[in-house]
Amino acid sequence: MPADTEVPPIVEMRGITIRFPGVLALDNVDFTLRPGEVHSLMGENGAGKSTLIKALTGVYAIDSGTIAVAGERRTFHTAADAQEAGISTVYQEVNLCANLTVGENVMLGHEPRRGGGIDWRATQKEAARHMESLGLAIDPRSMLSSHSIAIQQLVAIIRAMVLEAKVLILDEPTSSLDRGEVEQLFEVIRDLRSKGVAILFVSHFLDQVYEISDRITVLRNGTLVGEHLIEELPRDALVTKMIGRELEDLATLEKSSHRAIDRSGTPVVRAEGLGKRGVLEPADLEVYEGEVVGIAGLLGSGRTELVRLLYGADRPDAGQVEVQGAHAKVHSPRHAIDQRISFSSENRRAEGVVADLTVAENIVLGMQARQGWVRKVPKKDQDAVVAEYIEALGVRPANPQALVGNLSGGNQQKVLLARWLATAPQLLILDEPTRGIDVGAKADIQKKVSELSSQGLSVIFISSELEEVLRLAQRVAVMRDRRKIGELDSTQVDLDGLIDYIANAGEGSAA
Amino acid sequence: MRSIWRHRLFWPVVALLTLIAVNSIARPNFIKFRVRDGELFGAIITILRDSAPLMLVALGMTIVIATRGIDLSVGAIMAVSGAVALTIIDNSGDAGNLGVVLIAVVAALLVSLVLGVWNGFLVSVLGIQPIIATLVLMLAGRGVALLITGGFITTVNSEPFSFIATGYLFVLPFAFFISVAAITVIGLVERRTALGVLTEAVGINPEASRLAGVRSRGIIWGAYIVSGTLAGLAGILYASNIRAADANAAGVFIELYAILAVVLGGTSLNGGKFSIAGTVIGVLIIQTLDSTILFLGVPSAQSPVFFAIVVVVVVVVQSPRIRNAIGRMSRSRQPKAAAVEPPVEDKQKAEVTR
Repeated sequence: MPADTEVPPIVEMRGITIRFPGVLALDNVDFTLRPGEVHSLMGENGAGKSTLIKALTGVYAIDSGTIAVAGERRTFHTAADAQEAGISTVYQEVNLCANLTVGENVMLGHEPRRGGGIDWRATQKEAARHMESLGLAIDPRSMLSSHSIAIQQLVAIIRAMVLEAKVLILDEPTSSLDRGEVEQLFEVIRDLRSKGVAILFVSHFLDQVYEISDRITVLRNGTLVGEHLIEELPRDALVTKMIGRELEDLATLEKSSHRAIDRSGTPVVRAEGLGKRGVLEPADLEVYEGEVVGIAGLLGSGRTELVRLLYGADRPDAGQVEVQGAHAKVHSPRHAIDQRISFSSENRRAEGVVADLTVAENIVLGMQARQGWVRKVPKKDQDAVVAEYIEALGVRPANPQALVGNLSGGNQQKVLLARWLATAPQLLILDEPTRGIDVGAKADIQKKVSELSSQGLSVIFISSELEEVLRLAQRVAVMRDRRKIGELDSTQVDLDGLIDYIANAGEGSAA
Repeated sequence: MRSIWRHRLFWPVVALLTLIAVNSIARPNFIKFRVRDGELFGAIITILRDSAPLMLVALGMTIVIATRGIDLSVGAIMAVSGAVALTIIDNSGDAGNLGVVLIAVVAALLVSLVLGVWNGFLVSVLGIQPIIATLVLMLAGRGVALLITGGFITTVNSEPFSFIATGYLFVLPFAFFISVAAITVIGLVERRTALGVLTEAVGINPEASRLAGVRSRGIIWGAYIVSGTLAGLAGILYASNIRAADANAAGVFIELYAILAVVLGGTSLNGGKFSIAGTVIGVLIIQTLDSTILFLGVPSAQSPVFFAIVVVVVVVVQSPRIRNAIGRMSRSRQPKAAAVEPPVEDKQKAEVTR
């Protein structure tokens, strides 16, 4: 435990538990926030960061546990309750009125009054004073929408100060800011810290977390892993805590990573200098026949961005793609599919399954899209393909007419895998295919990937679970902060080595 | 038995049968048919004949709504189509010539198709919201129609042209055959090819469909082209019926009745799953209701009130609250956590508006 516990905490959350249908989102989590500190909340997707924040800000009701603010036990029913208690939140998407002026936004609801109306002159003056105190030199009479996201975020913070917030929650504030803007934001954060404001900071950027934080709390799968002072928690220890070690029974699965790959010929797919401004720095990637290439890195490191550019889901503004040695135009998913490249998104619900269609319709969708609408895949062929994959992947319920929206995550993932395998791809890109699914389904999917690659299918496999990556992939590309920082041979590296590489490699040159 | 009343066309069919039953009791003539000169007459025949324009428009609207869109311009396209056809016939100097009428009809359909292409371009290529994109033509279309007719109500006396809406083939109205042909063609194209299921996929989850390689742009564009062309055909039927091109009266409010028919037929305005059979039943409900109102002698000024009542009932029954309430009644006890979530959304919304 950290040393300076004698400062009385401003926020004390004890034994917080929140249940959603079928999921334990938070399980008996403690969290403490002290005045005048920047406290980072760390964890991978689904670890419970946002749920904890929403519990604190009164958006979610807690099932058990207590919340105390400034030593007084509180129950927040709405976000307004929390705001009244001095807890303000600045979200990734700015929650302000774009059609009002900066000054009006800052003072909204707290305008000085005169007679029956608002004293606009005093309002602007007051706004200007608040803005000046945080060093923001823009005209309070300018429209909010005329400013960059970074400025809008600062305006949101200033607004929180008008509300006399004692706790400021910054949820991914830097995700759309460039380096200079981040500096400006950090200046403001440091200034507020020195004024005794407690700041809860959430970011996927490790460098920024280490630059600004005093303390870190780590969550994993809805449970508390620990609270640490920043200087007592080296980067690789943090990454290990965030990712954790997976269950034993998966470790007994067959390893495909030791299979020798012939890399003397032409790669199946080769990306050269593929990048997009503000999304990904240009990166190279090659995949050979029968090879599984893993991409490792934390969430937001650019791993998803890289494969989306490769697949044409987003349009790259730099670099090119070669398929079987020939230059290929991949500007849309259609082009990729014509080149027999398939991509299964990490975002199963929003970008994967078509929830209101049946299992059968979802599986056939990829084949059908490739054939065009005129030539319907004959009913007999459809039934055969659907039955084959339901059997081969063990989709449950094994009912082709069930609506996909009613299936569990693991079974939806199997349906998506079936959709792509049915199109007979030469390269299959799987982005987090095993996230949030049970161990059985996870093992099924890993087995299938291993088996198919041994038959010659090339696979790009992205996962937050590094053991999984090391087990399946012969080669691992490592990403950090939207850059590819290197490639490792997975026979030459173990889990700790990979974690160390993700956390520290090229540290000197990065900053 | 249970599966029958769970079928999504159950309530629309019940509504239609109820209307027919009420009419049959109130006026025995309703279900009687008379044959005169080898042509069949009767209230039901009239309903089938008069429903043709709405049927065509509603079929197109079904496809557009399935893509998560809406087409407000159908009434205006009807006006343009009628104006084009009648202006050609009027200027030909030989209104009774079958060839002239055919040319006029084809030209009118082509113009309607082009207007559909325009709508589809705005929505699928430029990415304008469908309600705004089609509003453009809804407002401008009647002006275009007036421009074509030179600001007059063009009237013609053309035997072949009048036949389209008022003529008989075998013993049934020709307009009825047009309806049946449109239903059959749309039904076959949507369900015998993969167009139907791809349209639904695009309507349910556009991004997942795009990543699955569905050419959603073409599918959405095509929906507006079909809708525009069918509206053009409806415009010809309307003009043929009154033997005039009345730019200010043709297809007024038909977009709203078409939307109502689609919704009555169980297709959600949120897009996705659609039912051609449902839309057909929806159109027949509206037309029968219209006939009932006429028969009951309700002054035409008050007849919208009846439609309003139907709309209110449909909207209320489809609202999330009522559906949840019905769901709660049918299911047994809910786990506590499930009841926690909906208010959460409300709170988030409240937070955003603050």
